[in-house]
Amino acid sequence: MSLSLLLEQVLNGLQFGMMLFLMSAGLTLVFGVMGLINLAHGSFYMIGAFACAGVAMATGSFFLGLVAALAAAAVAGVLVEMLVIRRLYDRDHLDQVLATFALILVFSEGTRYLFGSFPLYLDVPPLLSGAVALPGGIDYPVYRLAVILAGGLLAVGLFWLVGHTRLGIRIRAGEADREMIAALGVDIDRLYTIVFALGTALAGLAGAIVGTLQSVQVGMGEPVLILAFVVIVIGGIGSIKGALIGALLVGLTDTLGRSLLPVAFAAFLPPSEANAVGSALASLLIYLLMAGVLVFRPSGLFGAVRA
Amino acid sequence: MIRERYLNLALLAALLAVPVLAQVQGAPFTITLATKIAIFALAAVGLNLALGLGGLVSFGHAAFFGVGGYVIGILASHARNYEPFLTWPVEVAGTTQMLVLWPLAVLVAALVAAAIGALSLRTSGIFFIMITLAFAQMLYYFAVSWPTYGGEDGLPFYLRGDFPGLNTMDPISFFGLCYALLLVALWLFHRLHRARFGLALEGARQNPERVQALGIRPFQVRLLAFILSGAITGLAGALYADLNRFVSPAMLGWQTSGELIVLIILGGVGRLCGPVAGAGLFFLLEHWLGGLSEFWQFWFGLILLCVVLFARGGLIGALAKDQTHD
Repeated sequence: MSLSLLLEQVLNGLQFGMMLFLMSAGLTLVFGVMGLINLAHGSFYMIGAFACAGVAMATGSFFLGLVAALAAAAVAGVLVEMLVIRRLYDRDHLDQVLATFALILVFSEGTRYLFGSFPLYLDVPPLLSGAVALPGGIDYPVYRLAVILAGGLLAVGLFWLVGHTRLGIRIRAGEADREMIAALGVDIDRLYTIVFALGTALAGLAGAIVGTLQSVQVGMGEPVLILAFVVIVIGGIGSIKGALIGALLVGLTDTLGRSLLPVAFAAFLPPSEANAVGSALASLLIYLLMAGVLVFRPSGLFGAVRA
Repeated sequence: MIRERYLNLALLAALLAVPVLAQVQGAPFTITLATKIAIFALAAVGLNLALGLGGLVSFGHAAFFGVGGYVIGILASHARNYEPFLTWPVEVAGTTQMLVLWPLAVLVAALVAAAIGALSLRTSGIFFIMITLAFAQMLYYFAVSWPTYGGEDGLPFYLRGDFPGLNTMDPISFFGLCYALLLVALWLFHRLHRARFGLALEGARQNPERVQALGIRPFQVRLLAFILSGAITGLAGALYADLNRFVSPAMLGWQTSGELIVLIILGGVGRLCGPVAGAGLFFLLEHWLGGLSEFWQFWFGLILLCVVLFARGGLIGALAKDQTHD
C-alpha cells in the first residue's frame, strides 16, 4: 500500500471520526448532565438525514436541507424531552432503556410510514463536489475535507460553549450538583431541554452530512448510535474532550483496520482468504480497543473516576 | 404470594393447552407460535436471572442467543455436508444429535458470557448497558463479515437435530421439547432465587457494600449469575435455530437484545413467570397488531412507552397485586 493511499485512508478516518464526534457529543452531555441513557439518539440522526433529503429534493438546495435537518432534529428533541424524557430522569436505567427503545420503534415506523421503505439518495452540493489535489499527490473529495473542517469548527465551538459561556457554566454545574444549581435559581427544566435539544440537533446534523455519503434509510441511526456508545465508553461519560478523542480514535482505528488488515494478512495467506480474515478481524478492532480501555481505565480515558 | 403461584400455574397450563388443542384441530401455525413463545420465554428466563435478580441491565443478551444458534447451525451443516468440523489436531465431525448439541451450545454461550461478563462487570450503570450492547454488536459484525458460515445471508440447515425416540420435525414434538426445557429453566430459576446464591445476588443488587461486609464478593456473584444467564439464553438460541432450521446475524442484532428486555418488562421484572407472561403478550400483540396494521411496531412502541411511563410491575404485577418484588 502506497503512502498516498494510506494518507487518504487517514483522512477518511478523520472524516468518519468527526461524524462520530457530532453524534457522541450530544449523547455524552445528556449522560453527564442528566444521567440519562438515550437509545433514541440514533433516531434524531435519522430525522436529520430525512429532513435534509426531503428539503434538498424539494428545493434543490443542500444547504437549506442542512438548516432543515438542524431545525427538525432540534424541534423533535424539544418535543421528546418535554413529553417523555422529562419523566425518566428520576427512573432507573432500565426504564430509560425501555422508554427510549420504544421511541426508536415509534420514530422508525413513523418514518417508514412517511417516506416508505426505499432508501433516499442525497447529492453532494455543486459547491463542494469534485476533488482537490493535496500535497503527496492525492486527489481527495472536497466534500469529505469540508466535513473534517466543519467537524473541527463545531468541536471548537462546543469547547467554547461549554468552557466559556454562561450556558456552559450551568451545564458543568449541572453535571457536578444538580440540586445545588436548582437551589441557586437556575431553571433546571429549561436547562435540561436546551442540553437535550443541543444534542439532538448535532445528531441531526451528523445524519444530514452522512446522507450524501451513504443512503438515507430507516434504521440508519442505530449502528451509528452503538458506535457512539463505544466512543463514549472510550472517552469517558460527560467529557466533550473524551468524546472528541474517542471519536477520532474509533474513526481512525476502524477505517485503517479495514484497509490495512487485509493487506497485512495477504503477506502470508492466499488473497481471497486474507481478504475474508482481514475484514472479519477489522470489524472487531474498535471493540477490542474498547475492551483494552476498560481493562486499564474502567471509567474511560477522560471520565471522572467514580467510586 | 399465593395468587402469583396460581397465576404462574395457569400461565404454564395455558401455554401447554393451546398447542395441544391446536394439534387436535390441526392448526400447525398456532403450535409454531406457541413454540416461539416458549423459546423466547426460556431466553428471557436467562436474562431475568441477570436483570431481575442481579439488577444487571444487559443490553447484549442477543450475543448468547445468537452464539447458541450458531453452534447448532455450524455443527449441523457440517454433519449434513459430511465435512469434518475440525481436522486438526483431532478430527471432529459435525453432529445433529440434540443431546450433544444442547450442552455444547450452553457451554459455548457460557464461555462467551464469562468473557463479556468479566470485562463489562468492571463497570456498572449506564456503562454496563453500553458495553454489553457494544460486545453483542461486535459479534454481530463478526458474523456478518465472516463468509465461511453464510455471512450476512445466514446459514440454513434444512433439518432439525435428532432426539432419541422423537420426530423433531413434528411441530408438537418439538414444542414438547422446548416446553420441557422451559420448565427445567423455571425450576432452576426458582431454586436459585431461594438459594444462598440468589439471596447474595439480590443483596448485591440492593446494597453491594453490605454484601461485601458479609464476606461475599459482589463481582464473583454477579459474574456467576451473568454466566448462568448467558448459558440459559444460549440454550434458547439453540432451540430457535432448530425451530427455523436457519441461523442468521439477526439473532445477534441489538433488536433481539431489546426484545428480550421488553419481554421481561411486559411480564414483570424478577418474577418467576414474568418472562412467560411477557413472551406470550409480546407475540400475541405482534400477531394481533401485525394483522391490523403494516406499521404495527409504531403502535407497539406507543404501548410500550405507556407501560414504562405509567404501568410498572408488568402483567404479573398488575394481576397479582402484591409487592413480592421491590
